[in-house]
Amino acid sequence: ADLVTVDYDPLPVVLGPTAAVADETLLFPAAGTNIAIANPVPTDNAPFDACEVVVEQDIVNQRVACLPMEGRASAVSFENGKLTVWASSQNAQVSRFILAGALGMAPEQIRVVVPDVGGGFGAKIGIDRDTITLAWAARKTGRALGWAETRSENLVAMTQGRAQLQRIKIGGSRDGRILAYRIDVIQDAGAYQRVGGLLPFLTCLMAPGVYDIPDVQAGFRQAVTNTTPIGAYRGAGRPEATAAIERSVDLFAAEIGMDPAEVRRRNFIAPDKFPFQTKTGAMYDTGRYADALDKALAAAGYDQLREEQRRRRASGDPRQLGIGVSSYVEITAPDPDAGETAKIEVTDDGSATVYTGSSAHGQGHHTAWAMLVQDELGIPMDRITVIHGDTDLIPVGVGTYGSRSLQLGGSAVHKATVEVKDEARRHAAEMLEAAEADVVLDTGSGLWQVRGDPDTALSWAQVAGHTSGGSLIADVNFVQERPTFPFGTHVSVVEVDTETGQTKMVRHVAVDDAGIVMNPVLTEGQRHGGIAQGAAQALLEEVLYDADGNPLTSTLADYAAISAPDLPSFELADSETPTDLNPLGVKGIGEAGTIGATPAIQNAVIDAVAHLGVRHIDMPTTPQRVWTAINEAQKASHQ
Amino acid sequence: MKVDLTVNGTNITADVEDRMLLVHFLRDVADLTATNVGCDTTSCGACTVLLDGESVKSCTVLAAQASGHEVTTLEGLATNGEMHPVQRGFHNEHGLQCGFCTPGMVMAIVSLLKENPHPTEEQVRNGLEGNLCRCTGYHNIVRAALAAAEAPAEVSA
Repeated sequence: ADLVTVDYDPLPVVLGPTAAVADETLLFPAAGTNIAIANPVPTDNAPFDACEVVVEQDIVNQRVACLPMEGRASAVSFENGKLTVWASSQNAQVSRFILAGALGMAPEQIRVVVPDVGGGFGAKIGIDRDTITLAWAARKTGRALGWAETRSENLVAMTQGRAQLQRIKIGGSRDGRILAYRIDVIQDAGAYQRVGGLLPFLTCLMAPGVYDIPDVQAGFRQAVTNTTPIGAYRGAGRPEATAAIERSVDLFAAEIGMDPAEVRRRNFIAPDKFPFQTKTGAMYDTGRYADALDKALAAAGYDQLREEQRRRRASGDPRQLGIGVSSYVEITAPDPDAGETAKIEVTDDGSATVYTGSSAHGQGHHTAWAMLVQDELGIPMDRITVIHGDTDLIPVGVGTYGSRSLQLGGSAVHKATVEVKDEARRHAAEMLEAAEADVVLDTGSGLWQVRGDPDTALSWAQVAGHTSGGSLIADVNFVQERPTFPFGTHVSVVEVDTETGQTKMVRHVAVDDAGIVMNPVLTEGQRHGGIAQGAAQALLEEVLYDADGNPLTSTLADYAAISAPDLPSFELADSETPTDLNPLGVKGIGEAGTIGATPAIQNAVIDAVAHLGVRHIDMPTTPQRVWTAINEAQKASHQ
Repeated sequence: MKVDLTVNGTNITADVEDRMLLVHFLRDVADLTATNVGCDTTSCGACTVLLDGESVKSCTVLAAQASGHEVTTLEGLATNGEMHPVQRGFHNEHGLQCGFCTPGMVMAIVSLLKENPHPTEEQVRNGLEGNLCRCTGYHNIVRAALAAAEAPAEVSA
């Protein structure tokens, strides 16, 4: 081997959206272009030509790591022709479907088990190539195999998120009315397309956000680069849409010299216009956008904050105050027709077991589903077992992504409880020799009774014991007619040290309206986590490559993951506007944080230094970027 | 080489590779899997345990270095089935979601409260700089730590 010397000629690399669409270096020469999928933006300048004010800006929505604390890990055994795969995934059934296709096996020959999963955030939807390879090897060798990636493998091999260049143009009148908006998205796909055009499609779908804009033009190109593939990351295309429109509204407000909260109020879709069909094709179900804004401004003490800001600006305080507002609407359960499954079995010992096609990895499904059953059937939560993520027990299911769990999976559980109750009522009526219409369930005690006759009391154990099989079973699929559209307003307060560019998050106020709140503690937990990930993108995190395409942020010593000292405690205000699209009146809450918080914080940082002539700073708004922006603005003003 | 550790009060003697990390000793030799590995640069703190009562990242300690010393992992924190005040804090305040960072977080807070029994919120946040969580935004973890600090003193470690 010493006789062999290897010489490598590096090939030119393609990094970033702009280089990708320039097509100077082609990654797949046979394709003739790096653009994998496109839905070009219609460029009609007439609506902008009619505007008093037009603002344009290129906005980078940078590439970030999803970073679940548990990386990808799996174990596989192959025995008696059956493959068993334990995987850290957001959906066992989808994983089985992918494995069956990849390995040429029948789904029945494969069992996928998803045990406790250490976070997903979109990057664990389905199953990755690594686990498929492991499964192939286990089948080939007949040996049980395990694999867990290291963090430095995770930071280059797990799909990453965002990675868009957004060219925006916004026009309107000097009295604050927005009349036209255009967004041209260039989506960096990474080396291979992993979720097709889904992310920029959702960005374009949600482009106009909460605003009633007469003319909206949205389109995208998605191109391949020499980088880690991009996939879903908490929000998946929607935080990008909100970031673009909320930054655009602030740019427009700055241009006409109007308070950004006031510009928002003047352009909201009015509450009497719902259901509202947007110019980009979304059908918003319910929304009270001005109420959410007013509530957030009141909770933040907006006027006092502006007063404090004026005081600091006047005194030339090196620590300037920034106040950022973001009003958002998002789409949850974007695939409502895929539905979700639930099976409930009440047995003759009086206990209930719930089998859910949805999949928990920290959201608290076990608590929420048990609550739903207790509320409807009166069986105490400690007698309820919730099972998820085992394809032998739950062959049909979809899993968790797109903030779909409660509205689809929870509604399925609710539907199953109603069916179980109907069947139980038939049995109880027979046992009590009463008409079905006269038999009622006391959900407080969990007892079946003849109406008005408390002496007749049958327990769930007795009713289940009356069935031939000793149990009452309902096995359902819940399908929703359309997606739901949660909304809200976030207000961020930051202090920026103008001498160093360092930002400190001082306060974060959030009003998130995702319909009826079933469990406040779980709901708040989802909001907290999302806000922190939003802050992470706004302030700190970015996946970087050097000029040759080598990853620079492949360890947690290099990647600026957000930690506790970077954040304040969050101030959450409640708001509940139910949807009529599901029996629980709920929308999704899992992704509200990244969608609402990110632009609020970015806007706050820019607001803190706007009086120094700074118009825009791309994320992450690191001290270096902020300091540079201040200094360039000062230089420009002295010329 | 031969190592001799006391883990959660139990003596464990084993022949291990010289280079074996404490975290791998705990997981693979002592079969205590609460302690997690979340990175490879001593950044995330998922592997935090107590070494002679002080928090260490067990991915950056050799099993050999811990020989002759006492190690406490999350499994050894409860006494007679009673949760430690920090564990109870996490339970009461919904201080965890996916749970992967939780064992390390709990041990880091136990150590933090030992050094500073009544910390401010800022002191808790600064004390947790070496422990990453991706789910909770730290909000309820901080509340759990502050709640544990207010818990009756006689039960704390």
